This record gives sequence, C-alpha cells and structure tokens, in this order.
Amino acid sequence: MEQIEFNYPAKRKLHKRAHVGVVGSGDLEVLLEPAEDEVAHVFIRTSVDGFRDTWKAVLDRFFANYDGAVRIQINDAGATPGNVQLRLEQAVEVSER
Amino acid sequence: MSNKGYNANFINRQSFIELDARERATALFDAGTSRELLGPFDRVESPWLPMQGVTPQADDGCVVMKGKITGQAAVVVALEGAFQGGSMGEVSGEKMTAALDLACADNEKGIPTSAVILLETGGVRLQEANLGLAAIAELMASILVLRKHAPVICLTAGTVGCFGGMSLAAGLASYIVMTREARLGMNGPEVIEQENGVEEFDSSDRALIWAIHGGDQRYATGLADALVDDDTPQVADAIRRFVSKGVPPVHRSSQVALYRNRIEALDSSRQWDPKEFRALWATNGSNEEKR
Repeated sequence: MEQIEFNYPAKRKLHKRAHVGVVGSGDLEVLLEPAEDEVAHVFIRTSVDGFRDTWKAVLDRFFANYDGAVRIQINDAGATPGNVQLRLEQAVEVSER
Repeated sequence: MSNKGYNANFINRQSFIELDARERATALFDAGTSRELLGPFDRVESPWLPMQGVTPQADDGCVVMKGKITGQAAVVVALEGAFQGGSMGEVSGEKMTAALDLACADNEKGIPTSAVILLETGGVRLQEANLGLAAIAELMASILVLRKHAPVICLTAGTVGCFGGMSLAAGLASYIVMTREARLGMNGPEVIEQENGVEEFDSSDRALIWAIHGGDQRYATGLADALVDDDTPQVADAIRRFVSKGVPPVHRSSQVALYRNRIEALDSSRQWDPKEFRALWATNGSNEEKR
C-alpha cells in the first residue's frame, strides 16, 4: 500500500461533505469534506504501488476545473484513472446537491 | 409473463441486490427516520489492514443505522460485501456487537428495539484472524441476549451470501429472510471441494451450489423463514412483517432435538440429491409452523 499527498490552490468555500464508492476490487472510496483554509488537500491510500505520476495526472486534470476548498481522502483498491475521475465527479455532485 | 415477451414486474422492480450496504440499510426504515452511527467520516477503520499493505475502508465495511421500522425503534447493521468480501474484522465486529448491545439496553429500559442484520459475508477476515473469530463469538453472545427481548432478523440478499462463522450467527437469528440469489452455508463450495475433492462438491457447478446453498432450498427445507424477490419494497415488507411478529415462541436454534433427530435419520453413507433432501425436510417442515 502506498500513501500519496497532493495540494492544490482553492477559492470556494464548501458547506457539505460527501462520501461515495467502496474499497472493492477496481473501485475506490472518496471522502470529501470542507476545508478551513484556501487549499485543497488530497490524501490517497492505494493498494497498487508505483503510480504516483498517474495519480498526479488525474488530479491535475480534476483540479483544472474544480476550485472547492476541500479535504479529500481516497481509499483505493486498484481503480483505473477513468474510474477515479468519475468517483471524484460523483463526490462533487453529492456535495453540491 | 405478459404477452409482450418480457416480465414487466422483472423490468420495473427496484433491485435490492444492486444497492450498497448504506442504501440497503436506509431502504428498510420508515422513510426519513434513519440516521447513521459511526459513519465513514468518524474514520473508525481497521488498524490491522494497513500493516499488511491492504487499503482499509473508512467504515470498515460495516454500516450501523438507527431509526424506526413500522413506527418502532430498530437498529440495522449492514455488511458491505464489496469490501474484503464483507469479512468480519475487529472493528466491523465490534460495531455490530455494540449496536446489538445498545438495542438490548434500550429493550431493558422499556423501549422495544428490534435488530436487523444484513449479512453479505464470507465470515472471519483472515487478515485479522483471531480478532475476527472473537468478534463473531461476541456477536453470537449478543444475539442470544437480544433475541429474548426483541426479534433479531437476518437478511441475506446476495450476491455474496452468508458463509463461515457468520452463518452460525445467522443460525441464531429469530428469522432469516433470503432471496433466490442469496446463499447460506457454513462451508462454501470452494472450501468443500478443496478439502474433500471434486467428487464431494464440484464448486464450478453453479446449479448444484444454488440447489444446496440457495435461498429457495433453504426456505423449502425450513432453514429460512421468508423467500423474497430481489425487489426493495418486497424485502422491506418482509422485514416489517417480522418486526411486527415479535419474538418467536421457539427459536430455530433452540430446537436441538428436532434437528438432531433429523440429521441422525439421514443416511450419510450415500450422496443425497438436493431435491430428495428437500422432499424429506419439507415434509418435516410442517413441525416448524408452530414457530
């Protein structure tokens, strides 16, 4: 298991948290919570080691369009990048519902 | 079947199996009455999995909810079959046991509180070994105390089913509700084949597996109390029915003489056909109408 952390600049305050997904084979769990400071913090635990660059690419793309000040925790059981992107978008949708 | 060439009920049903553990638990309560206890944001997770390089889940695959069913207090504990096969670890076991113990305390204070456990599980989580075994033992003790006060209803809907030590916990329940897709048994097919060979149990023969472990067979032989379709309103209705029914006069697991005699009467020197077995135990099953 590998732990990876990233920080992104953020502007917008959030009011609601969201939990989506499951730590099942090929899937992941996302916990998204409002953060106090103007930064988005991502903490990843993944069962597949050695894919830091891939995670960075997926999150760079996600945060290119998202400016919420959030703490995101990801518990991953080998999800594909496409699946990660969809779960992140789902978490945002639930938090803004 | 309608003349349109498809079964409209099948097409329009709201599948229960397709729901995750949290959605399943929520679906059983009276609308708007449920709240989750120790949810994912409380982050009470397994400390043992990360040490072994396994990613933990924030709720340890165990969802605990409190609310009302038919207007009466109830607790629902649901295992998430997609996380580590719904296995019981130290944390998930403790969550389930603590929920039942609190329900028991409420009953003793004069607040009738039923419990529903949703079991999609292979039993003990092997990474947590003895702690998982201990958790199941504690859970079974808690079921035995609670079921004196209020019904403990076990629901196994599939597709994981309920195996290993948790099948023993299920055996202590006041009522067992199953779907046709669910399976219930002590040793799973792979385990039996591994230990006794393919002549004993061909674990690739799915028809055979469901003929033995499947909900239809379990219900027909009196080892489950209700057989429901994979349909959320139907599942919730069965749970409401058993909550209203209350504690059964005699629990299945207390009928030691009945089951001892039944098992002794079986000739184990030959291989039994599931249909033949069903005919035998279904006949005896009329005894269980008294339950």
